[in-house]
Amino acid sequence: MSEESQTTSVSRPRLPRGVRLKHDETRGEWLLLAPERVIKADAIAVAILQRCDGIATFDAIVDDLAAAFSADRGRVEADVRALLENLAAKRMVDL
Amino acid sequence: MSADAKKIPTPVGLLAELTHRCPLGCPYCSNPLALEPRADELDTASWKDIFSQAAALGVLHAHFSGGEPAARRDLVEIVAHCAKVGLYTNLITSGVGLTQALVKELADAGLDHAQLSIQDSEAESADRIAGYSGAFARKRAAAEWITQAGLPLTVNAVIHRANVARAGKMVEFAVALGARRVEVAHTQYYGWAMINRAALMPTAAQAEAAIAEVEALRKTYAGVIVIDHVIPDYHARYPKACMGGWGKRGLNVTPSGKALPCHAAETIPGLEFWNVREHSLEDIWFNSAAFNAFRGTDWMREPCRSCERKTIDYGGCRCQALTLAGDAREADPVCHLSPYHAKVAEIGEVAAGSKEIDCEPAYVYRRVKLPEPAE
Repeated sequence: MSEESQTTSVSRPRLPRGVRLKHDETRGEWLLLAPERVIKADAIAVAILQRCDGIATFDAIVDDLAAAFSADRGRVEADVRALLENLAAKRMVDL
Repeated sequence: MSADAKKIPTPVGLLAELTHRCPLGCPYCSNPLALEPRADELDTASWKDIFSQAAALGVLHAHFSGGEPAARRDLVEIVAHCAKVGLYTNLITSGVGLTQALVKELADAGLDHAQLSIQDSEAESADRIAGYSGAFARKRAAAEWITQAGLPLTVNAVIHRANVARAGKMVEFAVALGARRVEVAHTQYYGWAMINRAALMPTAAQAEAAIAEVEALRKTYAGVIVIDHVIPDYHARYPKACMGGWGKRGLNVTPSGKALPCHAAETIPGLEFWNVREHSLEDIWFNSAAFNAFRGTDWMREPCRSCERKTIDYGGCRCQALTLAGDAREADPVCHLSPYHAKVAEIGEVAAGSKEIDCEPAYVYRRVKLPEPAE
């Protein structure tokens, strides 16, 4: 994997132009829309992606989620890293 | 909506052929041989209404295609409308006909993504394939305008005999153009590609080498460019789930407003295609006979009917079944289980058997009027 899809604690992940998180009324679910792609986003993915605004750092997002969901920070960090690196490999998140 | 209609999935994408006008003459064009004239094109208000209906129906992606969609003077207005009704907007362009100002206007109107076609990684060959001198240079410029406007770029490359040796080079070229995604699609033989099949089809060995080259680049460019690879039908064992299943994921609307389950569906005799001028999109999607003709699996014959893959590939492509087996209800002959599969293999072997593969074969270029047959 190239450097561009490695998350670091100071990465400021964001959805690039051309990738949109959308609540679809017809299907009643959250979807991540990208060129020729539609990915269903579960509640955890939505919580993570809504915080990827290009301003908050990776560490800040993890802290925020751990606090919001009263969850173990290590576990949250692993989840966030896995999701973002997976999406970055698909060029659906910029790190 | 009837109870039956509830089982029919919501369409994901609408591909709008805004016009069949196009400056290029690519011999593999997927448009029908009988191109629709400008006088028959839907007007701006009609397209806006169709996209509003599409959004209400649950369509997510709006694809602007053609022909060259930039040939429509109302393109910006249509894009802005789609953005307003919440559709994800995708411009599928040859790049010829775009200007830097137009690209900026489209970006400002809310365009989400642009897909630019390239014919080859080398200018001379690319222009020859497109039948348009200078196309290659204009596409380079278009790519720059698109990325400068902050729009994500996909490069689309259709592979055939004249460029099959440079499949990997075209991926590298896409990276150099700043694309985040590249589609490498081996030619599918419908419409113009069908009449040019003998000039377009590479040998199996050429196709396999190209596939291996492109697959190897996935690792090289992981995280840099996403490679979507459409491998050639004629050398495969199983067919593709054309359109992801008939009437399942998307629909096409032609310049004059005919709604089609796929761009080649008009080649199938006996199907009546409703027009958006006379029927709502919802009515067409759920109730028209053409959209229900090959939905699901009830229409299937053997070998599809009892096949475990029937909900994976839905029997493949109906148009290809028609072309190669003579009946759209047959299994796609690309499938090795089809009784007509030998015919596909034979066509593949004819290409492979050509002693000298001409890399500059003569084409029937896509033009408004199909040339009269030579005989």
